[in-house]
Amino acid sequence: MTDVMTKPAAQASATSGQTAGMNMIQALNSGLDVMMERDPRVLTFGEDVGYFGGVFRVSDGLQKKYGLTRCFDAPIAEGGLAAAAIGMGVYGLRPVLEIQFADYIYPAYDQLVSEAAKIRYRSGGEFTVPIVVRSPYGGGIFGGQTHSQSPESLFTHIAGLKTVIPSNPYDAKGLLIAAIEDDDPVVIFEPKRIYNGPFDGHHERAVTPWTGHPLAEVPTGHYTVPLGKARIAREGSDCTILAYGTMVWVAIAAAEDTGIDAEVIDLRSLVPVDIETIEASVKKTGRCVIAHEAPRTSGFGAELSALVQERCFYHLEAPIERVTGWDTPYPHAHEWDYFPGPARVGEALKRAMTGGR
Amino acid sequence: MARAAKAPAKKAAPSKTAAKSVPGKASKDELLGYYRQMLLIRRFEERAGQLYGMGLIGGFCHLYIGQEAVAVGMQSVAKKGDEIITAYRDHGHMLAAGMDPKEVMAELTGRAGGSSKGKGGSMHMFSIEAGFFGGHGIVGAQVSLGTGLAFANRYRGNDNVAYVYFGDGAANQGQVYESFNMAELWRLPAVYLIENNQYAMGTSVERSSATVELFHRGASFGIKGEQVDGMDVLAVRAAGLRATEHARAGKGPYILEMKTYRYRGHSMSDPAKYRTKEEVDEVKKTRDPIDHVKGLMAEAGVSEDAIKKIDEEIKAIVLEAVDFAQKSPEPDPSELYTDVYLEA
Repeated sequence: MTDVMTKPAAQASATSGQTAGMNMIQALNSGLDVMMERDPRVLTFGEDVGYFGGVFRVSDGLQKKYGLTRCFDAPIAEGGLAAAAIGMGVYGLRPVLEIQFADYIYPAYDQLVSEAAKIRYRSGGEFTVPIVVRSPYGGGIFGGQTHSQSPESLFTHIAGLKTVIPSNPYDAKGLLIAAIEDDDPVVIFEPKRIYNGPFDGHHERAVTPWTGHPLAEVPTGHYTVPLGKARIAREGSDCTILAYGTMVWVAIAAAEDTGIDAEVIDLRSLVPVDIETIEASVKKTGRCVIAHEAPRTSGFGAELSALVQERCFYHLEAPIERVTGWDTPYPHAHEWDYFPGPARVGEALKRAMTGGR
Repeated sequence: MARAAKAPAKKAAPSKTAAKSVPGKASKDELLGYYRQMLLIRRFEERAGQLYGMGLIGGFCHLYIGQEAVAVGMQSVAKKGDEIITAYRDHGHMLAAGMDPKEVMAELTGRAGGSSKGKGGSMHMFSIEAGFFGGHGIVGAQVSLGTGLAFANRYRGNDNVAYVYFGDGAANQGQVYESFNMAELWRLPAVYLIENNQYAMGTSVERSSATVELFHRGASFGIKGEQVDGMDVLAVRAAGLRATEHARAGKGPYILEMKTYRYRGHSMSDPAKYRTKEEVDEVKKTRDPIDHVKGLMAEAGVSEDAIKKIDEEIKAIVLEAVDFAQKSPEPDPSELYTDVYLEA
């Protein structure tokens, strides 16, 4: 039996070079698998995670492969689960905790904010919390107020936490592995609406699966997508759209629908944020639209808007536009009036192009 | 143990063994009433499942089929003014509490005629009239809210009891124990009802709980607990009466662990790989709460015709609810912005 405290040898993965078609769920599963294979310090747990394989099947098969001590079920007790993960992390393990829906994360908030985020600082760097909290989040699945929320700005506000949101299978796996290898606590919000396909907000159209999508061609072995590096999801020259998660696909659809040549930046990582990529794009286009599902007030878009204004003020041709969820609970009826779909992003694009005039 | 010294009567140790459920006898009329209510819940839920399949209900929908005896048995010991609060498997409780099936079904379909104007959906419904305080989507949160209801009863000096329902899964949430402590400390009139249907979503009690006899969970706070056959409406009624009398008399909270079973999946998208079909079939065959009442009715000499008449009535009520839920208009889009704050 290997001493679990031993760091894994920096090894090239046996499967490197090979790829396979994966949806986001399979890609995340593969990321966990690769890391559990390589690093005995990595384990995963959460509600329905073990025997059942997770309600969205992200941990499917892992208990069978790695046994009950490395992939297991936990009671419904998010506060305790987060705290236990922190304890494991402080003492050298690399736990990946699944919170079944982001809407259930609030009991764990105290532990993540008061403990995980601050232990490095208050121990003068002696202790660290190298944990990952993964949680399906966001709307578009008729989940109503307790299964649709986007609470990312509650976490981006906390110094000491990193917050990551992937928009496709390739990034999901690469970011997950980077998060596990990161020495600080990382919260990954996984947009559940795009687990199975790149949903662009056109809910009236047939569902598109990931099958055949270039970003669904995922290396089967080890690779990382570095935290803090954005991706240009669509190159363009007219206007910059800042988005993450599902909204990346909505933003691309809005550009196509309006014919406005928007440059869509997929942030991938909110904290740390890739301000250089954002700044370069806005300075190029002179216009900026920010889109997220979360409510507007104190949403992450407010932070982005301030950053862009601070760095690109003299390059801006028009006021920065924000397209967001409304400042209301996520509704049960009229979900598509709440969800900031391509029509609303398109309107914002048009306003940005005319300066609102 | 200063606490115990002040209250010697309470010293009777938190039940080491389950009090045997003595179901007691029920009159013909009572049995007919229970049958009627339980059948209403079952037929309502079957229809809800169908509407979901047809795409008329979206998102999350948790059916109460199999657990009917719990809500109906408890309702039979409640009085007007008592409060009921539960989690997201709530349709059965609302019907038992006397809410209009039309309003409940229309909330499921997200229509203006729904009990929350289409804003709450399956998991979030309320009725002041029925004393129903929700319908809550976050596992365990309602246990603490219910403790607050019980506090309000005590503060107001009324003799109402708060019936606080939660499942075996919620029984592991930390706030449940914060609530138990407060309820006993402050002698609050709360009856905590653990509907132990044996599965927290896909995880069985054995896989999530260090001890599986959940009625003991109040022991360290000095709260009395009993295990009850939750498939037997008369056993539920008898235990419910004991618990209610205790709480109403100002003696503090009481825990009832209702051993029950849900026939359907956790929600509508549940592959149910965590239990066998045989297990489910066995419960349906041998422990069905409605069949049980039917047996009692036959023993009591209730005629086939009387039962048939109820079946017909229930069918009509449910069809009317379905019709209403389909015809009621969607809420006006402007409703998206209302009820967030008090409007001036």
